[in-house]
Amino acid sequence: MALLSVNDLVFETNGKGRGRILDGLSLTMEHAEVHALLGTNGTGKSTLAYLIMGCEGYRPAVGEILLEGASIGHLRIHERARLGITMTWQEPVRFEGISVADYLSLRNPGVDIDALLDLVGLNPAIYRSRMVDRSLSGGERKRIELASILSLHSKLAILDEPDSGIDLLSTKDIVNVIEACRKNGSAVLLITHREEIALIADRASQLCNGRIVCSGNPIRVAEHYKSRHCMTCNGVECHYV
Amino acid sequence: MSELEELTACFENAGGNAGALSDAASAHLAASGHRILSSRTVEGLDVDARETSEGISAVVTVRRGVKLPNPVHLCFGMLHAEGLQRIEMQVALEEGAAAHFIAHCIFPKAEKVRHIMDASVRIADNAEMRYEETHYHGPYGGVEVVPKLAVTVGRNGRYFTDFTLTTGRVGTLAIDYTVEAGEDAVTELTARVFGHGKDDIRIRERVLLAGKNARGLIKTRIAIEDDATAEVTGITEGNAAGARGHVDCMEIVKDRAVARAVPIVEVHDPGAKVTHEAAIGSVDKRQMETLMAHGLSPEEAVDVIVKGALR
Repeated sequence: MALLSVNDLVFETNGKGRGRILDGLSLTMEHAEVHALLGTNGTGKSTLAYLIMGCEGYRPAVGEILLEGASIGHLRIHERARLGITMTWQEPVRFEGISVADYLSLRNPGVDIDALLDLVGLNPAIYRSRMVDRSLSGGERKRIELASILSLHSKLAILDEPDSGIDLLSTKDIVNVIEACRKNGSAVLLITHREEIALIADRASQLCNGRIVCSGNPIRVAEHYKSRHCMTCNGVECHYV
Repeated sequence: MSELEELTACFENAGGNAGALSDAASAHLAASGHRILSSRTVEGLDVDARETSEGISAVVTVRRGVKLPNPVHLCFGMLHAEGLQRIEMQVALEEGAAAHFIAHCIFPKAEKVRHIMDASVRIADNAEMRYEETHYHGPYGGVEVVPKLAVTVGRNGRYFTDFTLTTGRVGTLAIDYTVEAGEDAVTELTARVFGHGKDDIRIRERVLLAGKNARGLIKTRIAIEDDATAEVTGITEGNAAGARGHVDCMEIVKDRAVARAVPIVEVHDPGAKVTHEAAIGSVDKRQMETLMAHGLSPEEAVDVIVKGALR
């Protein structure tokens, strides 16, 4: 049985066919699969992430989302999280008065904080006691969010553009996190703009105009994405899933 | 149990270090109502404390160049359910002196208690004072606390204050602090208060950046729930070239509670710059979603956010 099945998902911001962001999107993911989701701005990548996570204001007009065969459409975020779905946001929020160590052990008090920080390229001696607040740079905050994902040992981790705001050299850290997820048996839905990041996935899909227009081998999908074909055909001509 | 032992036990329950009161290397002054129960001073620190008909009057001086190695502990409280305590304090840090004061104001059984503090602090050139003040007003909300403080900070002086009332009820709180900062002086005023029931919180803090390159920060963190009310007025005036000030107020509101923030920034010198930010509302949606995506229930998430903001 697939870990995640997204079936014919339609999402509209204004209802009645207006402001359609997702247009009959379907996607399946297996256990421990790393699946890259490529797409340019405004194609619906983050919207799909919010729908899977169950964020407020994100309920599909049509379609269903199943986790291990059971519908999760009626569940709130924390209920989905407790079933094994988690997510990092493109721009993680800051929290006053919460140390990095406390943040990483929110749901798992026994977690090895130093190992998690090492994995995302942060020195534990420096970062353990830092606050998860505005004193952190965007890149540092993002790395801590990636470390927190690892602390949860979830079945499915949705990473919404983990590579934005982090310098190119740190791509290695993202790869480390994804490899660690793999090792933990977690599946990863990796949302990205960058085709070179997508190459570390087992499978990839390209999203355009609210639909998946290309899916399968990451090299082939990355090539298609790189061609920017969809930017001219608007997802109509290259629809060869 | 003697009154001092009882006050010490309450002091410890409120987060105070009871051991510090018996430590010969640390100065302290402990008073219940209008009675001085215990006091100790150390080399370089002069304390002239007297009982008055309604409370305590104290003149505290840290002598020129003395940097006290240990904090000075102040423990003021009232163990009775009703009464008035009036504290009058004059604190002076002479040139180059440095001291850290940790004050606990404890009213564990208060049903109808008034605590009035009228203090003046003079920090001479190159001197530094830190004043940490933690209050515990008990579970009934029967306390009215009215602290008034006027501080002057000399050239290159430092003054930091941190007021915390996050456990138990608040009752009525009306803080009125004014700090005047001289040339190259730095001051930071922080207040954290959690109100419940029908608590009424009013905080007015004013920083006058009077000297060149003076710097000031007013930071207020309030959480209120039930039918509590809060009004925070943060005033910063930039009156000299190079002065920099900021007012930062955050109020988290739950249930039927009502919050108001009034940041006032005023500049009298074109070389000064003063900024402000105020955020009032329910808990931030994105913060909630992030914590819930970690598996925390909405209630647990609110708890983590509020506790963090008040820490």
